[in-house]
Amino acid sequence: MTRKQKRLSMIVAAGMVLALAVGLILWALNDQIVFFNSPSDITEQKVKVGQRIRLGGLVEDDSIVRGEGTTIVFSVTDNANSIKVSYTGILPDLFREGQGVVTEGSLQADGVFLADTVLAKHDENYMPREVADTLKEKGYWQGDKTK
Amino acid sequence: MPSATGKFSFWDLANPTRFLSYSGKLLPWFIAATVITMTAGLYMAFFTAPPDYQQGETVRIMFIHVPSAWLAMMAYSIMTLSSIGRLVWKHPLADVSAKAAAPIGAIFTLCALITGSLWGKPMWGTWWVWDARLTSFLLLFIVYLGLVALWRTIEDPLKAGHAAAIMTLVGSVNIPIIKYSVVWWNTLHQPPGALRITGSSVDSSILIPLLTMAVAFSLLFLVLHAMAMRNEIKRRRIRTLHLSQAQTATGSVTSHTLSSAEQN
Repeated sequence: MTRKQKRLSMIVAAGMVLALAVGLILWALNDQIVFFNSPSDITEQKVKVGQRIRLGGLVEDDSIVRGEGTTIVFSVTDNANSIKVSYTGILPDLFREGQGVVTEGSLQADGVFLADTVLAKHDENYMPREVADTLKEKGYWQGDKTK
Repeated sequence: MPSATGKFSFWDLANPTRFLSYSGKLLPWFIAATVITMTAGLYMAFFTAPPDYQQGETVRIMFIHVPSAWLAMMAYSIMTLSSIGRLVWKHPLADVSAKAAAPIGAIFTLCALITGSLWGKPMWGTWWVWDARLTSFLLLFIVYLGLVALWRTIEDPLKAGHAAAIMTLVGSVNIPIIKYSVVWWNTLHQPPGALRITGSSVDSSILIPLLTMAVAFSLLFLVLHAMAMRNEIKRRRIRTLHLSQAQTATGSVTSHTLSSAEQN
């Protein structure tokens, strides 16, 4: 082996060890790295009352109930389980039925998730309105069911 | 080494003197191409691209945000390849390339972070969240700053280049993490849609301006990188001249760092 080959193989070996180490760390931290939990995660894992978590999913159709002032109650669903969320404050523009949202707060004793933050999550589909309308007319629409 | 056959070889470029001569001739053409594609891209981005069905006019931030983020990662990939060239082949031009790319990559990263934040507030409802994509991208910015600082801390370019090359390689594990963060973990940031094997999820009326801007940004990076490399080569020559003058003046014969950039 020439000196260049030696140096190259050393870098490759060190790189593989480093990648493996980082991979294992990320694997172990998986639960901390995910940004939110789905309603199913929360139902199955028996999250404690008052524990601060993020709940993410779709706003369930026909679940939005507006209360006094800016208080709003809606359900977040992952199409398997759904959790009722209560929130007081300003909602992001994209908030509507069928939209992906991430809420931050804690589960109350009555099973309602009391959120102090509601963030909207949007998907990677970008298109002009006319294209979206045409897709919906022709029945090719696979995205949200908002309109 | 000049090829005896007279045929052009890629390795001819890998000599600092020849790089200066070729890049000097090509730069005006690349600058012109950058100006033309950037003008066309910005015109499409602001005037001909339609508003998005969901996000409205806000989608136009994408035309700056996405190319910036792509280039931030491409700059780091170039630095990674340069660092391998530096460590394995001890090539002086690879060293110059790595050093020159760092501040440019840092600026593209900052640009992507700022435009992303401005986009996040109206769409998501927040300037910043600590999800996997945003956090790993912030880490990229910090690595860039660390590398720039490292180059400036060590005075001898040979030692600085060696240390920076190792740190660049260590930092390169972050690049696939950024890329796949939105696939491996659930995040607030949406998954990639523009370029994927199953077909783009971006309508062509928005995709074409986006790709034009990406070409414009790539050309801009090439121009800035080549200019920074030329400056760096000249800076090293001046340094070598100063050192040899100082050595002649004091009569010292320690042949340290002499002609470090020229030994090829």
